[in-house]
Amino acid sequence: MKAFKNHFIFEFKTGIRDKNLLLLNYLFPLGLYIMLGFLMKNINPGFIEIIIPSMVVISILISTILGLPDPLVKSREAGIFRSYKINGVPATSIVIIPPLTTIMHMIVVAIIIIPTAFTMFEAPLPQNWLYFILIFLLTAFISAGLGVLIGVASSSSRATILWSQLIFLPSMIIGGFFIPQNLLPDILKKIGLLLPSTHAINLFRYYSYNQSIGYNPLWSLVILFISGILSFGLAIYLFNWDNQNKTRRGHPAFAFFTIIPLIIGAIFLP
Amino acid sequence: MKDTVVEVIKLRKAYGDLVAVDDISFNVEKGEIFGLLGPNGAGKTTTFECLEGLRKLDGGSFNLMGKSPNYNYNNLRNLIGVQLQTSGLPDSMRVDEAMNFFSAYHNVSSRYDLLERLGLKEKMDTQYQTLSTGLKRRLSLALALTHNPPILFLDEPTAGLDVQSRVELHNMMKELQESGTTILLATHDMAEAEKMATRVAILLQGKIIIIGTPREVTATGAGLTKISVRVEGSSLSKPNIKFPDVAQYLSKDEYKIYFSTNPGKTVSSIIEYISKQKDNLIDLRVERPSLEDRFLEITNTKAKK
Repeated sequence: MKAFKNHFIFEFKTGIRDKNLLLLNYLFPLGLYIMLGFLMKNINPGFIEIIIPSMVVISILISTILGLPDPLVKSREAGIFRSYKINGVPATSIVIIPPLTTIMHMIVVAIIIIPTAFTMFEAPLPQNWLYFILIFLLTAFISAGLGVLIGVASSSSRATILWSQLIFLPSMIIGGFFIPQNLLPDILKKIGLLLPSTHAINLFRYYSYNQSIGYNPLWSLVILFISGILSFGLAIYLFNWDNQNKTRRGHPAFAFFTIIPLIIGAIFLP
Repeated sequence: MKDTVVEVIKLRKAYGDLVAVDDISFNVEKGEIFGLLGPNGAGKTTTFECLEGLRKLDGGSFNLMGKSPNYNYNNLRNLIGVQLQTSGLPDSMRVDEAMNFFSAYHNVSSRYDLLERLGLKEKMDTQYQTLSTGLKRRLSLALALTHNPPILFLDEPTAGLDVQSRVELHNMMKELQESGTTILLATHDMAEAEKMATRVAILLQGKIIIIGTPREVTATGAGLTKISVRVEGSSLSKPNIKFPDVAQYLSKDEYKIYFSTNPGKTVSSIIEYISKQKDNLIDLRVERPSLEDRFLEITNTKAKK
């Protein structure tokens, strides 16, 4: 327990000490929030109605999908995990603790966004706080899972950028933040359902803001939950201690199993 | 009765077609400093990494403290301390945090005394990324010793260390040896191996070529004694001078160097000759073959083959 606590505290501090992580955990999400808040207030008032959940989800995506994979790859390349292995640090700690500390940073960011959005942009507060918190945690869980899975399965830092952007950029465009999903063409609506952020924002709309989403929101809950479990399970299974050691338990392509629930959702949900 | 701490039996590791470690076997007894010597790519680090559990064996087996770690390596984690040749810590991890971090995973109290002993007391708050190479290696050693392991693996421990740190490390190794710790040392530094190791094994192309005490290893070679002579005049520079039992000769700076199979006879002949030539002897040194000489002899012979 002491080892876990030390590891957790160190990783949490790293999220602030490391300039790249500080940027991705705080500066970029909060800067983007301020910028979008002032910009959208006049040109897209519809966005202000859901600026709180949207910016919370965008912040989660930035810190997890963009922030988590690269340190994992760099640590593996620098032999840090070799040091960890010979000193008895379990693989599960390496895979689980960074996402947990990132979620802590996300909670801090959310705590900054919610009251400031309410006062600065007159954004409506969630109508059901309990659901808001649960959906926040579920979104952070699946996004963090995908983040570590990208880090574990990618062979290099360049590969992490590719995979991360493959999730992040479409999420920003068709993830339901700026354009409601029901206004999108059918094909984009289907592609949007492949993205965890779409399900997350739909859940926030339905459970926390009493908006209709056109299907039973339980499906989004189930899809995100199963994908999250698969992401973490596969990340632990595919974890490799160092780049020089070719022996690994499964092919990195197994990582794609995590999107099966999202594919099923995209096929069957309206 | 011998107390075998490390037992390696026909250990084999290959990377594709390249056999890095080829069916090697050796034992290390309790309290020994066992030196694994060899040129780059000989298989020293791979051998260590197999024994440390960082690489999966392709053949053979090994026992540490009488237990086979092949099946459950975690049980033996606290038995070994490892200073890796290439390893790192997170850039932003401070020295004291590193100590707390690894001590907690070994379930022991933090050993600040080791940090002090290794000259890291003033660097407690310093992040790993700003430490010099020498300090990083000292920290790595401190972390390897945190849990007081009975077996210590040191891979090129003095690389990048200044003279003072090197002496301190050697003293520490001797103290650890006296307290019963078994040390496996991989090094390029023959002088270090000769000074520190109880026994050495020379590894070439994945195979152990020779194993024994440094004295035994040097004794098995051609056994040539090096006689270095410097005189005031030019008596030794004359052509066609021959001394008995000299197998090789070379001239280096102001010294004439003779490699003799019978040093007593050769030395007396040299002195007699200088005296007859009415020259003055300035310096005469007789050195038995060093481990380095023997190592070079072995590697050169192997290369010629």
